[in-house]
Formats: sequence, structure tokens, C-alpha cells
Amino acid sequence: MTALTETGKNKRSLVRAAVTLAAAAAFYEAVSYSGLFPRVLLPTIQTILSTLYSMLADGSMLEHAGYTLYRVLFGFCLAILVGLPLGILMARFKAVENFFLPLVSALMPIPSFSLVPLFMLWFGIGNLTTILGVFYAATFPMVFNTWSGVRAVNPLWLRAAGVMGADEKRLFWKVIIPGASPFIITGMRQAFLRSWIAVVGAEMIAASDFGLGWVIFDSKEFLQTDVMMASLVMIGLIGFVFERVVFGSLERFTVLRWGMVRVAKG
Amino acid sequence: MVPIEIRDVTLVYDTPGGKVPGVKDVNFNIDASEFVCILGPSGCGKSTLLNIIAGFLAPAAGEILIGGKAVTGHGMDRGVVFQDFAQLFPWRTALGNVAFGLEMKGVPKQERETIAREQLRLVKLEKFVASYPHHLSGGMQQRVAIARALAYNPSVLLMDEPFAALDALTRDDMQRLLADVWRETRKTVIYVTHNVAEAVYLADRVVVMTPHPGTVKMVIPIKLTRPRDPLSVEFLDYQKELLAHLGHGTAETQEHKKANGKAPTTGG
Repeated sequence: MTALTETGKNKRSLVRAAVTLAAAAAFYEAVSYSGLFPRVLLPTIQTILSTLYSMLADGSMLEHAGYTLYRVLFGFCLAILVGLPLGILMARFKAVENFFLPLVSALMPIPSFSLVPLFMLWFGIGNLTTILGVFYAATFPMVFNTWSGVRAVNPLWLRAAGVMGADEKRLFWKVIIPGASPFIITGMRQAFLRSWIAVVGAEMIAASDFGLGWVIFDSKEFLQTDVMMASLVMIGLIGFVFERVVFGSLERFTVLRWGMVRVAKG
Repeated sequence: MVPIEIRDVTLVYDTPGGKVPGVKDVNFNIDASEFVCILGPSGCGKSTLLNIIAGFLAPAAGEILIGGKAVTGHGMDRGVVFQDFAQLFPWRTALGNVAFGLEMKGVPKQERETIAREQLRLVKLEKFVASYPHHLSGGMQQRVAIARALAYNPSVLLMDEPFAALDALTRDDMQRLLADVWRETRKTVIYVTHNVAEAVYLADRVVVMTPHPGTVKMVIPIKLTRPRDPLSVEFLDYQKELLAHLGHGTAETQEHKKANGKAPTTGG
């Protein structure tokens, strides 16, 4: 067996990812050029990329992405502020669990998208409605994962910390939060993913003039499939960066470093 | 260091299957700086008794006095080491784990790190201060746990089969190390074990417990000079004596006797 260094492994996985993506792109390009579908409905990758470039160059794409990111991050942070303490309280106090668990179970299956028309009637179109859509989508995975994580905290840690004189407050910050961190990070990842999905849907019907979801929906009116595709690329790209860079680093610096989760073998 | 008095301690477990006696009318005293092993087969209530002394369980009757004061809940006059390696906080380095109790006490950072380093030196882990628990072997993790329990300077050290999950060779090393640590710190130690050789090696006195219900059968002083030679005739005589006392009653204890008889190493 040959030993691979960390950088060697990373290079290999990059190459593998590139091969997969290139194969998919080549297939798409072949179909697009084949003329099986009207070119205007299935623009070539070259057209998509040049549209993306010009939209980036004139700043419009960044503006749309900025609006979308603002709504996502606002709703996502709100969801953490509510979901994290609620999940912890539910796991620590039976009364809180008894009260909130049925509520959470009943509300969770309702797609946030289906609430957006209602929010529109209440709050009009724009930031508030889209942010609330994001918040609704992101809160439940946060609550559920935190709740599970706190319940999974090793009772020995609590016992040991108690013997060493930790009071409730320090137990909370120094044992329960780090002890539940693998679940909390998973909760954040899922919450972000749900936010990202929710924002695009919400923007399609409840935003005007700005946002990646709005651009896609608006482009339909003008048969601008290249703009739609360019926005999709942007959505995928930002989502990918958050998943890999932001949450990937968070995991590497915490639970992976602490050995609380392990890297898959092979 | 302080003496411990255990007076008429009784505890009954309330299980779905009915009331199960844990320990019944347990009485004995421990001198200051004494090393006492509680020895018995599984189910004899030895861990229950330790948990009562630690303050994790409240007895149905009787009381525990540490330095003349009755135990109510856990407190920083006692340090506890558990059997499970997972007792360490995985998100803290060895140093961070050992410093935890001092941090709770409000000792300034610089000072607590100095003390934690000193404690890690005591258990011969000065090179691993910055290591996270998952990078340490089981024996090293238990040494960190001992250092952690000693760092905030409790007068009593309670140990619940801390080396039971280690391999025999590592266990021998750990026992020697613990004997050294005890000689240096002069803590009052209560050490729970089901391992006869371990009890003879470590203890000033061995409290023999028998199950159903958990009661103290007898207390046997080990009058051997330290460091003890596990292969000496006197050492083996003590083992035989303890095994004979454990050998009464249930099949469980018979099995235990057999298992110990087959493996007359220090690890047992």
C-alpha cells in the first residue's frame, strides 16, 4: 500500500471531481449542439459562460447574488438564534420538550414555499417575506439536530464536569455545546441547504427586481435561457462554496480535530 | 488529607421489575491518606457504594462523612476517575482537560496551566500536553483522567475500576504509576475493583463485598511493604485468602474465582 499525503489525497479528489464534471458538461454540450432541441431552449455552455461573464462584469449578477445571500444569511442566522437555544432547552427540560415537540413535528412537514403566498398577503413582496421563508425552512433542521445532539452528549462528561464544580451555566457553554457540536454542525449544514433552496423559491414569487430566484423567473418571460442557466451556475457555485469552504472548514477546525467525527476510509 | 466514615449505608434500586437491593448496612472507616480497595464480583454493589460516596446517588439510609462532614451531592473535596476512556472531553487537549477543575474554581489561566503541566508530569505525560484525547492510547487517557481528578487538589480520590478496560501489561504499568502517585500526593483513595491481584498490589486494606444484597463481608489489611512484589509468596497468600473469602455463595463468585485462579499474573 502506498501512503498518500494529505495534499496528494486532495489533488486526487480534485482530479476525480473535475473528471466527473467535465464528462457531464461534454454530454450536455453534445446534446445542445446536436440540434435535438431548439438552441434557444438549450443554450451551449459557451453561451452560458459568456452570459455569466458579462453579467458578472456589469455587476448585475453580483447584485442579484448579494440580495439572495443577504436574505439567506439573515434567515439562516435567525434560524440558528431560535433553533439552537430551543433545541437545547427541549433536550434539557421535559416541560419544554413536551410543549414544543408536537408543534415542531406538526410544522416541520409544511414546505416553507407553501407559506410564501400567505407571508405575501401579510408582509407584501420583498425582503421580509423571503427572509421569513428562509427562516421557516432553516429553523426545523436546526432545532431537531440540536435536540438530538444534546440528548446524545455523553452523561460521563456531565458527571465529570459536575464533580469538578461546573455550574449550569458553565456546563452549558463548556460541555453541552462542544459535546453536541457534531450534531449542531450537521444541523447548520442542513439548515443552510434548506435556506438556499427556500430562498430561490421565495424570490420567484415574492421578490421584485432583485435576487437570483427572481432573475430566473423573470428570464422566462423573455426566453433568456442563457440568463437562467447562468443564474443556476451562480446558485450552485455559492452553495458549493458554503458547503465545502465554510462548513468544511468549520468541521475541520472543530469536530474532526477533536476526533468526534472521523474521515471516511479509502 | 481526611478520613472517611461510612455509616449504615443502604440503597435499594427501584426497577420496573421490583425493588433490587444495591447495598445493605455498609459500615467501615477509612483513615486519612489510606488506600482502600473495595473488592467484589459484579453485582456486589461496589460501584453503587462508590457512587454514593461520590455523591451521584443518595443512600436510602445511613450517611457518609468525609472529614467529619456529611456528603450531600458531589463536591470538589473528591476527585473521580471512571472506567470509561470516554470520560475525557474530546474537544480539550490533555492540558485543557486537566485544567478544567481549576478553571471552574476560577484559578487564573497562567496558574492553572502551570498546575496542569505539573499534574501531567506526575503521570508521565509531560510530552503530550497539547494532544487531544483521541490521539492518546487508552492507558494514556486514563492517566490524563487521574491527573484531571488530582489537579484541583481534592483530599479524596475515588476510582471506579479505572484500569479494567486496559490490557494486562498496560494495567501493570498503571498500577505501579498509581502507587507512585499516591505515595507522592498522600490522597485518601477508594479504589473499586474486581481484580484480586490489583487489590493486593495497591491497597492498605481490602474491603471484600458479596452480592445479593451488597454487603461488606470482611476487611483485610494487606501488611506488605511497598513496592510490592506480585510474585512473592506472601503476595500470593493474600490473593488466596481473598479468593477464599469471595468463593462463598453464588455461581458468579465461583466463576470469578476460577478465572482468577487461571491467570496468576499481576494483571490477574
